[in-house]
Formats: sequence, structure tokens, C-alpha cells
Amino acid sequence: MDCRTAIGLGLAKAMEEDPKVLLLGEDIVDPYGGAFKVTRGLSSRWPDRVFASPISEAALVGIGNGLALSGWKPVVEIMFGDFVTLAVDQLVNHAAKFRGMYGGKVSVPLLVRTPMGGRRGYGPTHSQSLETLFLGTPGLEVVSANEIVDLTELVASTISELRDPVLFLENKSMYGRENRTGVDSRLDAFRVKTPEGAGRFDRILSLRGFSGADLTIVAHGGMVPLVLEAATILAIEDEIFADIAVPARLHPVDMSWIATAASATGAMLVAEESQLPWGFGAEVLASVAERGVQARMGRVGPARGVIPAGADAETGHLPQVGDVVSAARALLGGGR
Amino acid sequence: MKSGREDCRSSLFGRIALIRAFEERLLELFAQGRISGTTHTCIGQEADAVGVIGNLRPEDWIFSNHRCHGHYIARFDDPEGLLREILGRKDGICAGVGGSQHLQRERFFSNGIQGGIVPCAAGLALGSRLGGEDSIAVAFLGDGTLGEGVVYETLNMASLWGIPLLLVVEDNGWAQSTPARVGVAGDVATRARSFGIDHLHLETTDVDALSEAAARAIDAVRSSRRPFWLSIRTFRAGPHSKGDDVRTESDIASRRLPDPLDAAGAKLDAEVRDRLVGQARDRVDACVRAVLEDR
Repeated sequence: MDCRTAIGLGLAKAMEEDPKVLLLGEDIVDPYGGAFKVTRGLSSRWPDRVFASPISEAALVGIGNGLALSGWKPVVEIMFGDFVTLAVDQLVNHAAKFRGMYGGKVSVPLLVRTPMGGRRGYGPTHSQSLETLFLGTPGLEVVSANEIVDLTELVASTISELRDPVLFLENKSMYGRENRTGVDSRLDAFRVKTPEGAGRFDRILSLRGFSGADLTIVAHGGMVPLVLEAATILAIEDEIFADIAVPARLHPVDMSWIATAASATGAMLVAEESQLPWGFGAEVLASVAERGVQARMGRVGPARGVIPAGADAETGHLPQVGDVVSAARALLGGGR
Repeated sequence: MKSGREDCRSSLFGRIALIRAFEERLLELFAQGRISGTTHTCIGQEADAVGVIGNLRPEDWIFSNHRCHGHYIARFDDPEGLLREILGRKDGICAGVGGSQHLQRERFFSNGIQGGIVPCAAGLALGSRLGGEDSIAVAFLGDGTLGEGVVYETLNMASLWGIPLLLVVEDNGWAQSTPARVGVAGDVATRARSFGIDHLHLETTDVDALSEAAARAIDAVRSSRRPFWLSIRTFRAGPHSKGDDVRTESDIASRRLPDPLDAAGAKLDAEVRDRLVGQARDRVDACVRAVLEDR
């Protein structure tokens, strides 16, 4: 099944299991069922628990905050990840702070879900990966969904375990792709496991038939299929064998397991679609370096500047499989 | 034998006196360097808090702003817990983390982000409605808060979704150093009308009038399960925070309203009034001694 269906099933499962789960968002009710159709069917099944919002991201998340404080479990959809900027105050100065500043006495079980990512020609304000704005905010957990974990389970368990606010990153290009969980023909080239010390949905993929990888590639969310393809090319064309570390929870996170992986290979490349400066890759490199890991380290990401709308220009701007391959080759120099 | 009305009058006066004594003492303690940080006292506006909150039920929600001490004391009659919190004590209301403007206790919240509190209050109210409760939520705004867009987003959604939220605007005509003529276009009283929201406007510091109007507004929200806009023209007698009052004599004169303490006190016997003021001051003194000496 595709990722949007898997996520939708996760939302349905959460709503079946807990009558306190509510869905709020713009254009999410049937028959439209959401801009990316993730919530299709849910308002028909639960008309009293799915709310159609006007175009008011700040008030929508704010109302979610109040609902969370009063015993409900609101799941708020922000239609495009780019629009999450409208809700920064509610997330940072309200949701993320209530528990801490009120002396630990309240809980804010709020989930805000939103699709990041470009590659669809939507242009500069509809294509970004803005998680960087939120990563590191104390009191706000950031989870990045990807296509190689069971998305139904990821969504349902994240909602069921909600105690504090979570920003749940989805990905526009991922929605239409297959949710490749466990062993199937597409992932057959890789062994998939959850490494020691990692979270339940974190994964390390290693190429079957080889041990002692030369490189650890770290990626989350929508970059995962690109790095898997890059790893395949690197193995075939360069005999560079890469392990791929895919965190699901980005923050707060103990990156020891990534440091261990990098230490084992001696080289680490972080591939991200968000802007490199002050971002996800920067944090991974810092976390690994300060643990004393001796490894060559690098990052690959988009070009600077706005994401162009034109197809060719966008392709040139965002990191592609070829960019990950080139970066890996450069990082490892001429030899292993 | 005192009548019920006199009892009620004494009680309302006593609450105003307590808030006044607390806020004045707080400013003194800051001036003496015995407290650090910032604070925003509600001197002159006490009757708004007492009049509105006196008509709420324990299960109603309150979301206040940076100028929250009057609301807190009117709700919980707990100057000592508040002082502990302002002093950053671990046994303060919020373990000393929130301080003066970030309070939470039972169904009372405050945050130092004006405007942003309004949709949170709406969410609390919606939560009550969805849960089949009778309770309502009250959000306290100032005239300055009317600059924030999220207030209007919330008015729109509260009206569309039927949210039992009472918005109380304490319009003292000043947002920090900015007068309303610079910060607030149009009319405060009728602002919510274009969202299909009923409203009531008062220009008084008389706690009896405020209480009576608030009771009507609260009842309207509770029975209709719809939002309501209650604007109160009031007067901030003290500074915005501490010592930062740039208002000229004529600025002040143009907005001055009768001191709510004097107005309520005038309706009591002098002896009763003086006794209640004395009690309030004694209580605050005891509270300061207990908290400042308790290390």
C-alpha cells in the first residue's frame, strides 16, 4: 500500500482506539479528504471528531493546545510544511512550554502533522523542508516519517503515546510511494534492523552479502529512497559499501547509535533536503564529533536560495541521487 | 445584622483591597531590590478581575495574560502561593519556573504572550463543549492585544464552531507606552460584531456594575455555548511593568476613572471599609514575612 494510505490507516487506528483523538485541519473533510488525501474517509466515519478549519494555522494549533490541555488528543494537519511558520508561536511559546513553565503539572498531547519536501514543482513557498526551525526546541518532539517503517504503526503508536507535543513530518513525494516495510522485493538488497540504543522506529540498513561498510549515510524522511538508490549505485559502480542510518525521531534524540555506526565505518555523510546551514546534518556531525568518533564527515543538501518552480531548475536545486553519490565519492577520496 | 448584599459588598471590596495591597507591596519589593525579574501590576483594574471571576464556577477555565495577579488572587485567594512563585521558589505555584506571568493552577492559566493565549482559551472551551460540560472559558485581553492577528482568527473560529468562550477586554487605553489612538483602529466595543458575536461594553470601575454585567455575559456564553465579547473601559493606575510610565498628566487625565477601591469603599461604613483595608494589608504583610523569611 502507498504511504498516504498507511498514514491514513494509522490515523483511523488511533481514532478507533481512543475516543479522545480529534482531527483538525484545512480541507480535510470528505469528499475532498485533504490536499494530499491522507484523511480521506475519516470525517465520514467520525463526523463529530473531524473539524474543517478556516485558513488560520495559528488559531488552529492554538485551539489544539487548548484541547490538549483539557483532556483531548488533537491531531492538527498543517496542509503544507511551508505553512508551519504561521504556527510557530503556538508551537514554541505555548505548546512546547506549558509543561516546563507550569512546573511539570500539565501535559499537552498535541500532534501537528505536515508534509515537507519539494520535487513537485510547487515553487518556493510550497516545497520547503522547514523542520530546522523547530529542531532543538525544548519541549517539542520532532518525528520524521519515512517509507521503510510501518507508517500505520508509527502514526498510531505516536498518537497513542502522546504526552507532549509532537511535530510529525510527512513528505509530499513519499505519499504516493509504496510503504516498504520489512522484507519485500524492493528492500531485498538490504538487511534492515533497529540498532542497539536506537528508538523503536530507527533503522540501519546494510547491504546484504557484505560486511564492514566503508561509509555511513544518514538520512531521514523523504531523502530515504534517494540514499538507498545512491547506496546501490555506489556498491555497483564504485564498490563503496554504505550502511544507511535512518532516524525516525529527530529530536530529542540520543545519537549514540549513529556515532557507533559512523565509528564502525570511519566515514559519515548526511544527506538532507533542508538547507545545510545550522540544520539536521550539522547536529548529526556535531553529536558524532563530540563523542570523539574519528571519521571523515560531510553533508550534502540543496543549493542555497529559494526552491525554483520550474522542473529542471528544481531538479538542479534539490539534492538528487547523483549528488549523494558524488558527495560519497568525494568524501572517501580515491580509496576506501 | 449584615444583609446578604452588605456581605457581598464587603466581600467584593475585601478582594479588591487584597489585590491592591499585594500589587502595591510587590512594586515596593521590586524597588527595594528584594525581587528580581519583571512584573505587570493591575493597580486600578482590580474590579475587572473581581467582578468577572466572582461569577465563574470552579470548573470554568481562565486564561490570563502578563497582567495576571488580580485574576489569580480573585480566583484562588492565594497571595502567598503567588508571591512564592514570583520569587522563584520551588514551592511556588509552578515550582518557581513560571514566575509572575506564567501561572497555572487547576483550570487557571496565564502566559506572557498576548493574543496567543486567546486560541488556547478557545481550545479549552471547545474541549468543555465536546465533553458535554457546562463550563466555559474566559480569556483576558488588553487593548494592546487587539493588534495581534490570532485574536481575529479565534473570533472567526469561535463563531463558526460554536465555542463557549468569553473574551474580556480590559481596555485601559495604553499598551505599555503606546496609547490606543496609535495602536487600536476603529471601535473596541463592537469589534467582534462582524464575526456574528454578541457583545457588551462597560465604562466603569464599579465592581457591582461589573459583576452584574459579567454575570449576564457569562450566563449568555454558558447557555448559548457561543462566544461573547465583553469590553471594559478601565484605568491602569500604575506603570506597565516597573517604573516605566511615560504617560503625561493629560494622558492620564483623559483616561482616568474612579479608583475601584474608593468606589466600592464608598458604599460601606467607614469603619467596615477601614477594617477590611487593614486586614488586606496585614494579610499581605504576613505573607511577605512568611515567604521572604522562609529560605
